[in-house]
Amino acid sequence: MATMSTARERVKDEAKFTAGLRNRHLRGQIWMRFFQAAILLGLLALITLMFNVVNRVYGLTAVRDAVPVSTFSDRPLEELNASELAGILVAQLPSGGRVLVRDSLIGQENYNNNREAPLSQLIQGVTLPDDVGALTLAQLQPENTQVIFENAFTPEDMRLTIITDIVGREVLESWTWSESLFNRAAIDEKVASTADWEGAQLEWRSWLNFSFLTSRMTTVASESGVRAALLGSLLTIFLTVVVAFPLGVGTAIYLQEYSTGDHWFERLIETNIRNLAGVPSIIYGLLGLAIFVRALEGITQGRTIISAALTMALLILPVIIINAQEALRAVPPSIREASFGLGATKWQTVFRSVLPAAMPGILTGTILGMSRAIGETAPLIVIGASTFIANDPTLASRFTVLPIQIYNWTKDPREGFSEIAAATIVLLLIVLLLFNATAIILRQRFRRSLSA
Amino acid sequence: MKRYALNLHPNTFVRYQNRNLFSLYQWSTLKCLLNIVCDNTGLTPIHIRGQKQDMATTIEVKRKNGAIEAALANDASGRPRIEKRGRPFDDFMRYLLLACGTISVLTTLGIVWVLGSEALAFFTSVNDQGNVFSTVLGNLGNFLTGTQWQPGAGLFGIWPLLEATLMTSFMAMLVAVPLGLGAAVYLSEYASQRTRSTLKPVLEVLAGIPTVVYGYFAITFMTPLLQGVFGRDTVQFYNTASAGLVMGIMILPTIASMSEDALTAVPRALREASYGLGATKFETISKVVIPAGLSGILAAAIVGISRAVGETMIVALAAGAGPRFSFPPDFFVAAETMTGHIARISGGDLSYGSIDYQSLFAIGLALFIFTLLLNMLSRYVTNRFREAYQ
Repeated sequence: MATMSTARERVKDEAKFTAGLRNRHLRGQIWMRFFQAAILLGLLALITLMFNVVNRVYGLTAVRDAVPVSTFSDRPLEELNASELAGILVAQLPSGGRVLVRDSLIGQENYNNNREAPLSQLIQGVTLPDDVGALTLAQLQPENTQVIFENAFTPEDMRLTIITDIVGREVLESWTWSESLFNRAAIDEKVASTADWEGAQLEWRSWLNFSFLTSRMTTVASESGVRAALLGSLLTIFLTVVVAFPLGVGTAIYLQEYSTGDHWFERLIETNIRNLAGVPSIIYGLLGLAIFVRALEGITQGRTIISAALTMALLILPVIIINAQEALRAVPPSIREASFGLGATKWQTVFRSVLPAAMPGILTGTILGMSRAIGETAPLIVIGASTFIANDPTLASRFTVLPIQIYNWTKDPREGFSEIAAATIVLLLIVLLLFNATAIILRQRFRRSLSA
Repeated sequence: MKRYALNLHPNTFVRYQNRNLFSLYQWSTLKCLLNIVCDNTGLTPIHIRGQKQDMATTIEVKRKNGAIEAALANDASGRPRIEKRGRPFDDFMRYLLLACGTISVLTTLGIVWVLGSEALAFFTSVNDQGNVFSTVLGNLGNFLTGTQWQPGAGLFGIWPLLEATLMTSFMAMLVAVPLGLGAAVYLSEYASQRTRSTLKPVLEVLAGIPTVVYGYFAITFMTPLLQGVFGRDTVQFYNTASAGLVMGIMILPTIASMSEDALTAVPRALREASYGLGATKFETISKVVIPAGLSGILAAAIVGISRAVGETMIVALAAGAGPRFSFPPDFFVAAETMTGHIARISGGDLSYGSIDYQSLFAIGLALFIFTLLLNMLSRYVTNRFREAYQ
């Protein structure tokens, strides 16, 4: 009897175990799906983000000209030459274009201080014929103004001024690529029926185009370009790397090749770099504002690319140092020993043997730092990047960069600016892609030269 | 007198039968040099043909800077000596490199000094009560406990800003920790080598996207989505939920990759032992692998919080402008975080030395201390609870 009941219990236990096992495996399956879903969600987020941006770069746009070009010119503006464009400006602008001369060439304040001065003194950087240069602003005749415009502006500048100031072009609404494709009827209906939109023209438009890259900023979204921001970004990043690369690599070499880690100062540097890597970027902005913009204003000229680049250099220094240290650590000791065995000094060993061997890794780390710097926005806002920069930036001028423009245009509630923000994002991502591609190519090339 | 100029490794010198001989680096070099030295000093070269192990028994190698010169100069035998030639360029480069390293320390000092001095100026100048000490104390008390931030009225309580920061960070963690950990578990435990090599770069791309782009994403995608789901009446256009959710996506790759490192560091033997005891794959993961890698996962979460607290662009674009304190917290209304406030105020024309200008540094100081503590805590957790495996 006793054995039978044990056997029965055993069968019962086994059934319980089998059922329990099934449940345990089922639970495992469900959780595996959750883990899978987590990574798929990440993937989905990336796709959505990219699509959301690209979707806005191309689509239908309703544009209206307050004064169509045809009212003052029988040919499109693109076909006109400089003197014809200048002629239009003089004929169509209020007070024969004198206001434009004052605002964009002389400067309001400058003019108010020197009303009677001849134009040759007031207008800097433009060569004027002697008879025009001798006149004051009030004495200008239309034909004189036309000469000034021809000399001072490029045809592209004048075309833009005509569109913004005379034509008064306005983006009424723009639709995303998907809306334009799948909701065309509703868009046509809206354009036709909205009362205020008389004379609106609906056209397919790619917001990221060549003239977007090359033209200056304007107040009209459809004509605005990103040239100043692109140049600002490139200048800033160039100067940043020029400052940060030697400092970062130097620190890494010291910590990896010279430091024994025994001295308190060497340990301090090491700990400090780990801590700096975790400091929020906006804090660097405050540092830059107080030190580079304010305290060192004499050297950096205040809110300029120099200040921005120095701040950025401090920001990416930990990234460069940590990566360069990693690269130096990966250089096998045999290379150093061989160099010492040949009688090389410490510095000769470091500079001629270790550094070339570590260069691919160091460059990759530097480009990682550059990628961080080119997308970084917060410190530059604090430092005081400008929102509107019409002219090409120089090292000591006020500046803007691509991410700042994305920020400003995203905040801008006017129609069309969200789209040029999207176009700028695509441009920024392309620049980032180019950086990373360069990193990969550099790494390959160095590796080949080392193995050869 | 015959002189030998040798290139010697500066950190090593050799002690031979209680006599300092010279510094060297490699055994082969040692043999050549020993021959020379023995010729010149009259020592018998007994140990030269030994193995490296012999070197250890007969020759003590010590690391000490500059000991060679001292030792050789004291050699009063009058015989030819081996001297290390001075290397001024090498020494110069060493100090130049050290100077590079000093820049990073100066950066930290600069941050502390700038934030500290401006914050102190802020605490001494607002609401002057005559006595410097009581002014600072009173202002500091108001700063840390006040629930109103109205510079116009002289009210500088950090809680409205801090609350928004905590709300967005909380929201971000709500997204990033489960998803990041889930992704890490999948990558390290389930995914094949091939899947892993395709999925990891995707996460890296996500990590490399500039934060201002995430801000754009929040305002053009997440906010309309939330408004669509919960209704426009409940969800304001600027809200902390949208900013927090997108911030979570931004932090996800950080947490995923740090956690994955922690999980892959757990040795295979632990998993095998668990399977041997009859555990299923999931039981192994949840009861063995994750507890074993917990220190790394915790550290990842803390780093994630620190990044969320310091993140600026997403909140500057999507969370709204204007400090607002609400209790209980409402995630669907606009609020301004500490970083968002700094960005907005400094974006305008700010005159140096004004109260507004100084108040930014006080917020910055709070932010700096907050993130510094989090980062130190993360390192402490990693070191304190790390399981050392062979």
